[in-house]
Amino acid sequence: MTSNQVLSEVEYDVVGKRPVRPDGVDKVTGRAQYGDDTNLTGTLRAKVLRSPHAHARIKFIDTSKAEALPGVRAVITAKDLPFASLSKKELGGEYTSLKFASDHMMASDKALFKGHPVAAIAAVNAHVAESAMALIEVDYEVLKPVVDVREAMQDGAPLLHEDLRTNDMGETGEKPSNVATHMSYSIGDLDKGFAEADLVLEKEYTTSTVHQGYIEPHNTTAFWNSDGQLNLWTSTQGSFQVRGTVASILRLPVSQVKVTPMEIGGGFGGKITAYLDAICAVLSKKTGAPVKALMTRTEVFEASGPAPASWMRVKIGVKNNGKMTAVETEMAMDAGAYPGSPVMQAIVCAFACYDVENGKVDGYDVVDNKPKTAAYRAPGAPQAAFAVESLIDEICAELNMDPIEFRLLNAAKEGTRRIEGLVARRIGLVECLEVARDHDHYKSKIDGPNGRGVACGYWPNRGFQSSVVMTVNYDGVVSLLMGSVDIGGTRASIAQQTAETLGIGYEDVKPTVVDTDSIGYTFITGGSRTCFATGLAAINAAEDVKSQMISRAAKIWDTNEDDIEYVAGVVQHKSDEELKLTFKDLARQLATTGGSVSGRASVDPSGEGNGYAVHIADVTVDPDTGKTDVTRFTAVQDAGKAIHPSYVEGQMQGGAVQGIGWALNEEYFFDDSGKMMNPTFLDYRMPISLDLPMIDTVIVEVANPGHPYGVRGVGEVAIVPPMAAVGNAVSAATGNRMRSLPITPGKILEADWENGKS
Amino acid sequence: MEPFDFISPSSIEEAVKTLASSGDQARILAGGTDMLVQMRAGRRTAPLVVDIKGIPELNVMSYDASKGLTLGAAVPCYRIYQDATVATAYPGLIDSAFLIGGIQIQGRASIGGNICNAAPSGDAIPAVIALGGVCNVTGPNGTREILCEDFCTAPGRNALENGEILVSISIPAPQPNAGANYLRFIPRNEMDIAVAGVGSAVQLDASGQNFVSARIALASVAPTPVFAKEAGDSLAGKAVSEEAVQQASELAMAAAKPISDMRGTIRQRTHLIGVLTRRTLNNAIERARGG
Ligand SMILES: Cc1cc2nc3c(=O)[nH]c(=O)nc-3n(C[C@H](O)[C@H](O)[C@H](O)COP(=O)(O)OP(=O)(O)OC[C@H]3O[C@@H](n4cnc5c(N)ncnc54)[C@H](O)[C@@H]3O)c2cc1C
Repeated sequence: MTSNQVLSEVEYDVVGKRPVRPDGVDKVTGRAQYGDDTNLTGTLRAKVLRSPHAHARIKFIDTSKAEALPGVRAVITAKDLPFASLSKKELGGEYTSLKFASDHMMASDKALFKGHPVAAIAAVNAHVAESAMALIEVDYEVLKPVVDVREAMQDGAPLLHEDLRTNDMGETGEKPSNVATHMSYSIGDLDKGFAEADLVLEKEYTTSTVHQGYIEPHNTTAFWNSDGQLNLWTSTQGSFQVRGTVASILRLPVSQVKVTPMEIGGGFGGKITAYLDAICAVLSKKTGAPVKALMTRTEVFEASGPAPASWMRVKIGVKNNGKMTAVETEMAMDAGAYPGSPVMQAIVCAFACYDVENGKVDGYDVVDNKPKTAAYRAPGAPQAAFAVESLIDEICAELNMDPIEFRLLNAAKEGTRRIEGLVARRIGLVECLEVARDHDHYKSKIDGPNGRGVACGYWPNRGFQSSVVMTVNYDGVVSLLMGSVDIGGTRASIAQQTAETLGIGYEDVKPTVVDTDSIGYTFITGGSRTCFATGLAAINAAEDVKSQMISRAAKIWDTNEDDIEYVAGVVQHKSDEELKLTFKDLARQLATTGGSVSGRASVDPSGEGNGYAVHIADVTVDPDTGKTDVTRFTAVQDAGKAIHPSYVEGQMQGGAVQGIGWALNEEYFFDDSGKMMNPTFLDYRMPISLDLPMIDTVIVEVANPGHPYGVRGVGEVAIVPPMAAVGNAVSAATGNRMRSLPITPGKILEADWENGKS
Repeated sequence: MEPFDFISPSSIEEAVKTLASSGDQARILAGGTDMLVQMRAGRRTAPLVVDIKGIPELNVMSYDASKGLTLGAAVPCYRIYQDATVATAYPGLIDSAFLIGGIQIQGRASIGGNICNAAPSGDAIPAVIALGGVCNVTGPNGTREILCEDFCTAPGRNALENGEILVSISIPAPQPNAGANYLRFIPRNEMDIAVAGVGSAVQLDASGQNFVSARIALASVAPTPVFAKEAGDSLAGKAVSEEAVQQASELAMAAAKPISDMRGTIRQRTHLIGVLTRRTLNNAIERARGG
């Protein structure tokens, strides 16, 4: 069996190698400092009182008994937040966004999901804080909840926000609605496209609410110093994001807030939103002491940000030869309690794998009584791909066409105009499809109760701002400072790009993730952007170092800078071969030639390279129990350039694994009162190691012209194809077409029964 | 989790006395793999926790080919499956001991705790019922025996009276040409609660072609584990055949009274009881024949 392989285009010295990660020893020896390891003298522990109701008006809160409990130092409610004392008039256009942000963190007038914070306590220890929770009296007027995206869209559905009106393509709706936004894109002539088709299929699909399932729950320690400085130590994907949110909710200038990102135990998009930070900050201000809060797993499930459930209708027209003539979709996703589902990305990504002349996509962002959804790896795209790639599989079956050949025939390429109007730059979908077609997995035989499915996926990847500072020490080692939190190997991959650019060894670069006071603005580690954008900042900062090193050599040799070149870690005179200094030797002379050298760069690049992936899944379905086992899985993906192939493989495998969980078993169960019934890892069934085969990977490298080493993002697109690949495999194995995720054993049995099998 | 008092008695008498005088204020702790989870989740409070792992009789595991197995109520799963003699004599029990949790859990979790916890899904209970296990109980009024199938009375409730503890479980000596098997259905491959489970035990005649007797018990299809007596009895005296197995599985399905919840529907669970009864009977027959 083939395992992981890299189809390399260019060989570099450090880039593309697999060095040991700088943070590895600390992590495997348990010394790495995570949020919960923050222990300042006199730290109080906070607990958050959460609404037991999914939808309720908060009539009043009496905290006096809790405050009187010995050991309790402070109790806060939404009344303690700046929003409570600001008027609509003062806030003007900012009113709604601040109300949503402040209320999301702590509800003022209404609890909008089970687990919505309504009060918080700081006490001498967690047990006292927990006991005090029972002493807070909240008078709720319980309202009817709605937790289904389509029900929430109906006229007469319980309304979450009395003043929310649909933004329908720029027009504001007449009456209040749970539909926050309707958006639409189109291309070509849809009617003409469908008229040209020989075969038109149209189906509906649904997916359930799922959670990222990062292993480390949210945590924060806050200390509001008496000089007015607020310090936060937290587990986050974006320290500057936390700083911005906290500063805005607490009405502080950003520079008054300093965020130190601790090591992070997973995020996958779910650790972008700040949940506990402002709460701990206000409690710290009230008590004058540091305040720490940790979520339990149940709080994570009920009150952090899962990925939305969705309803999708897809219609595709094709010629008998397989050429697609028209595509159409309508997708609705639930944002949870406040607007902001990723439905826009869903409709933009839905058909991005295909070159089709005629198309129309419509998206609906809908609020309902669930926790406000957050990003989860390629937000929106996995749901959309499940629908589109499943329907394409049905079309291939009808046309009796190989699913990879079908996709090759219709694949998006450089120059393909996408539905939102952007024209694709150099992309690697065709290359990925060819590799998948020629892979021995795809060529192997499959039969019996087994089935094989394929699917592809797209994610645009992001650029955005990053800053890097690097200092040359007198021993020649470069200290590399960055604002990007290291989740999947950032320290290593940025150090590699630095070393490659400077022509020095990987071990001579010492990367550190620093706090928000120590580096320029850096956007989140997310959007598959970090290796690309922070990498670019590091490359630019290294170039800055190189030119400064050249001027030092010019000073030493008393010659013109233009006569000096920097080649592979050596500074040398262009014509005098005698004049030559290695990076290390020159570093030793910095102290006597003007002091240390620091390079720096801040970037906001726009040359991100789109990501494409193709997955092949084999499954066995037990005909008696309906249980699906994934028996073989191959993930093919265009990385542009894999800076550290092991971490790219890790991303591809991780995405595939999370996708397999999403496909087969993961879902939030809600009861009639809108309460999540399975907020534990026992009943929220993520796959365990026994549920998975080895995920084989093939990294394809079609260089991104927007990055010196060709980097595209890799973290997200890996979760886009697996649900459809697994669903298509189940359909091949059972003859049942599964259009609703997760594809549980129970649903497979029901489909059997509907088809007359017993 | 609220603070609690903790004691660890070293004799049955001491434990019974403490429990009898504390009433519902006290909770017995064996491996704690149910109890501590429930306490942390706030589902149970226990002002007084009585750890019974220090009592010698509760740690006994003695096997005698004629008398059978005496399994102290606090013996953890790993001790059972690591004992070669016990593992050979009762493969049907080992099926359960292996299923409960993972390695770490099995280092603590006891069969006694599984039975006393009285979950409809308790994986050891159908296996012990199928093997004809008896619960040996001691309380303020002395000792008594309760058939395992009579021990669980409702979800989380058992037949113990105030002050009583489960001391051990007796499992009769394995008969010649006997075999047993426990299987459960879960959507994942480990770490899950049975959607349905079946324990079957059969005794065949010397030819291996006819049933002498059989016992079948079910998990997760009623408020308590179910002893499907008619299903097992239907096999007694019959020739081993697909029809006989099929018929027993239909009787087992009839004995199942499941509910629909997030883990499975009535129809799915009933169907699974049929599937698992056939599979466990066939495995038990194979084991009885020495396979
Ligand atoms: C991660 C995990 C996985 C698990 N997987 C499974 C599984 O696959 N299948 C399964 O069935 N269970 C499973 N369990 C539940 C649990 O491990 C089992 O039920 C186990 O057998 C309980 O034994 P214990 O010794 O830990 O009991 P404890 O938790 O100590 O006690 C359980 C209950 O019985 C009472 N009790 C214990 N001993 C006595 C006694 N001698 N007399 C009277 N009352 C007593 C206690 O008061 C308590 O109410 C799992 C638990 C965890 C945490």
